[in-house]
Amino acid sequence: MADVDKWVYSAIIKDHFMRPRGFLLGEPKEGEFDAYGEVGSLACGDIIKVWIKVDRKTEEIKDLKWQTWGCATAIASASAFAEMVMKNSGMKIEEAMNIKPKDIADYLGGLPARKFHCSILADKAFKKAVESYRNSQAGI
Amino acid sequence: MDKRVKKAMEPFWTENFGNPNALYKEGLTARNAVETAREDVAKVLGARAKEIIFTAGGTESDNLAIFGVTYAIIGGIGKLTSLRTDEEGNPTEAKFSNSSPASQNFALPRPHIITTKFEHHAVLNTCKFLEKQGFEVTYLDVGKDGVVNPEDVKKALKSETILVSIMYANNEIGTIQPIREIAKVIRDFKKKGGIIGSAKQNFSLPRLNPIFPLFHTDACQVPGYLDLNVERLGVDLMTINGSKIYGPKGIGMLYVKNGIKLEPLLYGGEQEKKLRPGTENVPAIVGLAEALKIADQDREKESARLVKLRDYFTGRILNEIPKTVLNGHPAQRLPNNINVSILDAEGESIVLYLDEAGVACSTGSACTSESLEPSHVILAIGKPHAYAHGAMRFSLGRSTTKKDIDYVMKVLPDIIKKLRMFSPTNIKI
Repeated sequence: MADVDKWVYSAIIKDHFMRPRGFLLGEPKEGEFDAYGEVGSLACGDIIKVWIKVDRKTEEIKDLKWQTWGCATAIASASAFAEMVMKNSGMKIEEAMNIKPKDIADYLGGLPARKFHCSILADKAFKKAVESYRNSQAGI
Repeated sequence: MDKRVKKAMEPFWTENFGNPNALYKEGLTARNAVETAREDVAKVLGARAKEIIFTAGGTESDNLAIFGVTYAIIGGIGKLTSLRTDEEGNPTEAKFSNSSPASQNFALPRPHIITTKFEHHAVLNTCKFLEKQGFEVTYLDVGKDGVVNPEDVKKALKSETILVSIMYANNEIGTIQPIREIAKVIRDFKKKGGIIGSAKQNFSLPRLNPIFPLFHTDACQVPGYLDLNVERLGVDLMTINGSKIYGPKGIGMLYVKNGIKLEPLLYGGEQEKKLRPGTENVPAIVGLAEALKIADQDREKESARLVKLRDYFTGRILNEIPKTVLNGHPAQRLPNNINVSILDAEGESIVLYLDEAGVACSTGSACTSESLEPSHVILAIGKPHAYAHGAMRFSLGRSTTKKDIDYVMKVLPDIIKKLRMFSPTNIKI
């Protein structure tokens, strides 16, 4: 039989998609996070928001939450990213900044090729959140 | 596929495997099957058997209709070369760089085609290609209900118009187009000599021939639900395929009104009046005819049953799931089609969650297609991108019952709730 799995989603993606981890329910509470980043648009069909809480001294990410409107990959990659960052009680910012789309795809057991470029957005939203965090630290 | 269709096809795989073009008796059996199928199809369409051309599917039939008409006019495959252009560089005249004597060194106005913005891609992309070849194409708006206004066709018709191609019912939102009224508009236009007003009467395109503009309709969605009589509809060319009517895939047909000259897409033997050379796909042809007969027999009863189910389902979705909108006219649509935009949830995600719950449905939205473009149909009825990304199409079939719909309505609201739970959007309706 032809390998349709190359086209459809892996079991890991499906698991993240059906049972997403680390999303934020409702609006964030006052002071719950230090910064957030958002990428995507209604026109392109994916919007993802990432919130972060950072330990100022150690630069460790104490909490990371997301919300996603979009296709299965967009949702699963956000869930995977949150899990990757928070796995051992929070990566340092520098380490998390090094997570590439390919790392997320590998973590998910591979992605259909047509999905690769358009829907891994979690890392980009995270970078925006970090940028906003840095700006607030610098008092900009 | 309908079991009765499979049964009708059965003898033509191994038992009666003859080539219908051969003279031995197996060949004659096959020939007889093909010609009987042609007569059966013609009967459903109120046409003559010789007006039915079997093809390999709806896409091929659409291509044959459009390229067939246009290339017959320009006398073969040849790129139009523009002679003069307007201020913006668009060609206003064209000559054809092929060897047809009728077109050599002969300046012509640009042949014009009218279609709609929400045609199937088999028509839309064919027209876009012809546009690149130098033809002029008008893509009509379809309004917020997804129904073409015959008045717009009337306004778009001009003396250079050679073909109007408008689908009978839309494949995504099921809206039924006023084919008879459009045919009448075209007929009236021809009666007046095909020329509106006084401008540009002095040229000599094949428009001298009173059969232009021709009217083609893609009726793939329609068998089993609407009238297919080509005389009553007033069409010159009509596409039908097998897979939409519980028939085999890879088979279609084009009705070509007697007297219309088409240029083939393929060159080869003399099968299908040279319009579709190649050994006939006997089992599929037999299957298509059987499927079409069955669809036509059950048409009124099945349509009435489905209209009730459709309206019940639509009503429940709109009432029970907040922020949902029906796409396309609520009544002037196929009995089996429901298309709703569910806001703050994305189509592909809904499809996959429903699939997990055992419900198969589809979306015209971004992530299902290679192009990742949202549905051109939902955009054509003036809905924003966010609506297109959340558009869901549910098709009802012969085996669909109220119980099935009640099951969908048991799982769908929770799926939407869940997807909205982690969605950052809050689209205003």
